[in-house]
Amino acid sequence: MSWTDLFSASLAFKLLGLVAVVFAVMAVTLKNIFHCALSLAAMFFALSGVFVLLDADFLAVVQILIYVGAIVILMIFAIVLTERITSEAIKQTNQLLVPASILCAALLGAFIYVIRGAGWSAQVPVVQKETIKVIGRQLLSTHVEAFEVASVLLLAALVGAVFLGKEITKK
Amino acid sequence: MTPISHYLILGAILFAVGMFGVLTRRNSIGILISIEIMLGAVNLNLVAFSRFAETSTLNGQVFAVFVMTVAAGEAAVGLALILALYRSVRTVFADKFNILKW
Repeated sequence: MSWTDLFSASLAFKLLGLVAVVFAVMAVTLKNIFHCALSLAAMFFALSGVFVLLDADFLAVVQILIYVGAIVILMIFAIVLTERITSEAIKQTNQLLVPASILCAALLGAFIYVIRGAGWSAQVPVVQKETIKVIGRQLLSTHVEAFEVASVLLLAALVGAVFLGKEITKK
Repeated sequence: MTPISHYLILGAILFAVGMFGVLTRRNSIGILISIEIMLGAVNLNLVAFSRFAETSTLNGQVFAVFVMTVAAGEAAVGLALILALYRSVRTVFADKFNILKW
């Protein structure tokens, strides 16, 4: 891959990728945590657009339902329940700002070096049209043990969240 | 079709941004938001590999479903923990959470 290949990306991918990266940067750098949660929702909208470009229609819808519909709403609930101290004057970053930026830039450089150096095969397999059917079959045949473990994990998370969120009364 | 390396580089950028947030945020809800960004980047990689390597079984998309499951559970438990901590410490800043020290 060379840099001239950058123009081979479709316009939709460039736009969605740009929106996703911009909102991700906003979600980690904005001072007001409420705006961060909203940027996270926008980033997941753009990311589900990228999923549509990858012919993963089911995952795109599930991404919006779970992340935007559930997780961001949960986060907003947590923010409005905890933030009496959401003022712009409070410092939002810790003292690791400079080392963390260097580390993440190095990590990103290493990732891009590896991705550009790897010899990806140019041929693309035929698109799978029946994604929902195949994912359902896979979940209940090949990955059925993982499916059961995931359901137990969700139950444990539910019980744990209720227990932790409950007001503990001293006897 | 956009080549796979573009999707992987987008995933790498999102992952690096999320890691930057995890390392620098003081607000623990902000740390959770950054973790969700990292999980989204991983999902993007899984879906890209599922599209470009093997489309007959869609294993990558099934894995992405599991990642979303774990992310949902993690967010629920993490936010409940933050609320419980907020009740005792009256703050959400991670550098004030030192009640486990001694």
